[in-house]
Amino acid sequence: MATVASEPEGVAYRRRGVFARPKATTGVWSWITTVDHKRIGKLYGVTAFMFFLVGGLEALLIRSQLARPNGHVVTAEAYNELFTMHGLTMIFLVVMPLSAAFFNYMIPLMIGARDVAFPRLNAFSYWAFLFGGLFLYSSFVLGGAPAGGWFGYAPLSEQPASHMHFYALGLLILGISSTVAAINFAVTIINMRAPGMSLMRMPVFVWMTFVVSFLLIFALPVLTVGLFELFFDLRFGTNFFVVAKGADPVLWEHLFWLFGHPEVYILILPAMGIVSEVLPVFSRKPLFGYPVVVFSGIAIGFMGWGVWAHHMFAVGLGPVANSAFALSTMFIAVPTGVKIFNWLATLHGGDIRFRTPLLFALGFIAMFTIGGLSGVTHAVVPADYQQTDTYYIVAHFHYVLFGGSIFGLFSGIYYWWPKMTGKLLSEAVGKVHFWLMLIGFNLTFGPMHILGLQGMPRRIYTYPSGRGWNFWNGVSTIGSFLIATSILVFLGNVVWTIRRGKAAGADPWDARTLEWSIPSPPPPHNFDEIPVVASIDPHWHAKYAEGPEGELVPVVAGGSNGPDQGPGAEHHPGTGTQAHGEGDGDGHGHGIHMPSPSYFPLIAALGLPILAYGLLFSTVFIVDGVITILVGLYGWALEPSAEP
Amino acid sequence: MATHIKAVEHGAATSTGLSNAKLGMWAFLASECLLFGALISTFLLYRDRHVTGLTPQKVYDIPYTSVSSFVLLMSSLTMVLALAAIQRGDHAKLRTWLVATALLGMTFISGQVYEFTRFVQDGMTIKTNVIATSFFTLTGFHGAHVTVGILMLLSLFGMSLDGRLPVERAEAVELVGLYWHFVDIVWIVIFTVVYLIPKSS
Repeated sequence: MATVASEPEGVAYRRRGVFARPKATTGVWSWITTVDHKRIGKLYGVTAFMFFLVGGLEALLIRSQLARPNGHVVTAEAYNELFTMHGLTMIFLVVMPLSAAFFNYMIPLMIGARDVAFPRLNAFSYWAFLFGGLFLYSSFVLGGAPAGGWFGYAPLSEQPASHMHFYALGLLILGISSTVAAINFAVTIINMRAPGMSLMRMPVFVWMTFVVSFLLIFALPVLTVGLFELFFDLRFGTNFFVVAKGADPVLWEHLFWLFGHPEVYILILPAMGIVSEVLPVFSRKPLFGYPVVVFSGIAIGFMGWGVWAHHMFAVGLGPVANSAFALSTMFIAVPTGVKIFNWLATLHGGDIRFRTPLLFALGFIAMFTIGGLSGVTHAVVPADYQQTDTYYIVAHFHYVLFGGSIFGLFSGIYYWWPKMTGKLLSEAVGKVHFWLMLIGFNLTFGPMHILGLQGMPRRIYTYPSGRGWNFWNGVSTIGSFLIATSILVFLGNVVWTIRRGKAAGADPWDARTLEWSIPSPPPPHNFDEIPVVASIDPHWHAKYAEGPEGELVPVVAGGSNGPDQGPGAEHHPGTGTQAHGEGDGDGHGHGIHMPSPSYFPLIAALGLPILAYGLLFSTVFIVDGVITILVGLYGWALEPSAEP
Repeated sequence: MATHIKAVEHGAATSTGLSNAKLGMWAFLASECLLFGALISTFLLYRDRHVTGLTPQKVYDIPYTSVSSFVLLMSSLTMVLALAAIQRGDHAKLRTWLVATALLGMTFISGQVYEFTRFVQDGMTIKTNVIATSFFTLTGFHGAHVTVGILMLLSLFGMSLDGRLPVERAEAVELVGLYWHFVDIVWIVIFTVVYLIPKSS
């Protein structure tokens, strides 16, 4: 395309002559240069799952070390690296990108758009995430992985043995990726909705993505500043956290947790959104109190900014600050509790079908409620003095982040897998997966409550016998291997499904939202005609009307352009009352211009780790990195987003 | 065909009527507010601490920095003139004002480089103490932002010379303008906090 002979009229841009525009639609290059939100979503999902396996292996090593007193599976130094990298991996390389995988794949489909607002920026986010993760992991072979804990408290983080250089730069790269993605999704949701898709008709998952995007936009720069300060101290000898030069290391804690507590909601709100989609579908009822669920999500988003110091009760901020943050922390449990009651009320009286996505959603509600309740106990300052830095805290945040986020995300994986691949995961194997994981999870993390209250500190690489900790640590380790088994069952399910899974059809769950109105997997342009939305749950209302007794009556063929077969059958878009658009008179997909693939997001993202290695090792790489970024950005800016 | 490209490029028919790029820029600037907010908070936390060695309050020259601040604020005026020029299709004036804005920005940056050099010669480096550390980091981050802005202005200038900046793409100038004004406004806050508010005893 670099030498197009006849330029279309009215196109004011000149063609570049450096690279030919990538054109592959299959094969490796088509994935490397893709800007299609669905492909980027899959890339996010697969990459995040790989990191999930790595983070899981780290967890198994940790549990093996702690299975018995005086364990010697790993050294103390290796243990510090393992728990630090386990936390960083699960938060920044698993839960956030796995949520981003669903944002990418589902948001445009759910709001009736053909792509995100900035397709190339979307590709850039993915590559920056991948390179940031690989950069972080390269530390294992380049002098030692970060060992100062995932929240990297100063001044420990500035000890040479903590290896926090890679932590600071790795999280900066991942932060760039997440900020860019968040801006992209905020704009997509504000600006790319189909006609009639007003804010209060958006699916709850879209709403939660919207809230998460704003949390990321505002929270990440605070972490960015903290990371720069840490890195400057480590590399350039500045004094941000050096007490001898007049500094106050508590600054790091404030900066970190001012990011870190919104981050907690960044991790849990997407799962809450998924559960809010799954429960109505499998109860065959609308979500109970939709506006209340939405406003609770928004309230959590706002209140999440006023609770960060509950991570710091033991620091000594004084009784006034501690009391204020204790109150705000108890208060934020209110909108969270409201959501839980709404979910229960959605189930109440529903025509419930216990399919795997619903099981994981129910697991989410139960486990998250336990984690939420133990969270409220932290809000009581005197009790928190007892719990701080014990395994009780470890139990709490695993109940909300594993029992909450990971169960919610698995619910989403089972729910949307047929939409993404066109095949249904095995229900029978899925149920085995669920029960193994639920039991394994509770065996692993339930006993940690007891261990914590018995006084076992977190982050010790070994413990002596005779403290009463031996039994429950053994149970916990057995549980962790049960979780690992359940993940193997899931992987088996995936392999089996890819080989001989049942075809799903467009709408296997008889679902409610727009993504189920198009074929599975969706065509590259998503919607042949952009749907017009007339209500919440538009796809449901296209299929069913309400009878005189309030019973469901399938909409008859031809009625209001709805589906021409019974519910659950494969059919053409019938979404709400009518459809408009350019039409596909020229035939399937013609006349619809999708953004063209591009090399430049990859090139710009590649410059980031090069620059980061340069900052650590050699000026040459700094220059290389900056040049790579500039080449990427200029090529990007000068390239039209779509070829004619 | 061309209309399709325009639809993609200009985000026509968006839900709000605003272009995607402009909303994206506003969201980015919102994020930047917190970045500078955290840096300014760091400086405010440390500015009154008891330290050994020189501090910015002992070495800076307020009249000198006031002049360079004035230069930077005037660049916002030339930026507005550049946008007005492209919106009425006057490409020659556009290029004049873009270069003027970039030059004013460069004057400001040169002033900062001179100021930093003099501080270092006086014996205050980024390592001296925690006040100096947070001073250099805060003003340095701002300087880096101005530098990126200058690069964007010069890029616009180059694109305009090359014929890649037709009237329909006036929004590109507007976006760079938003960023430029933001960097100016942040400087007003930094100048006030760092230079004008006296150190409490």
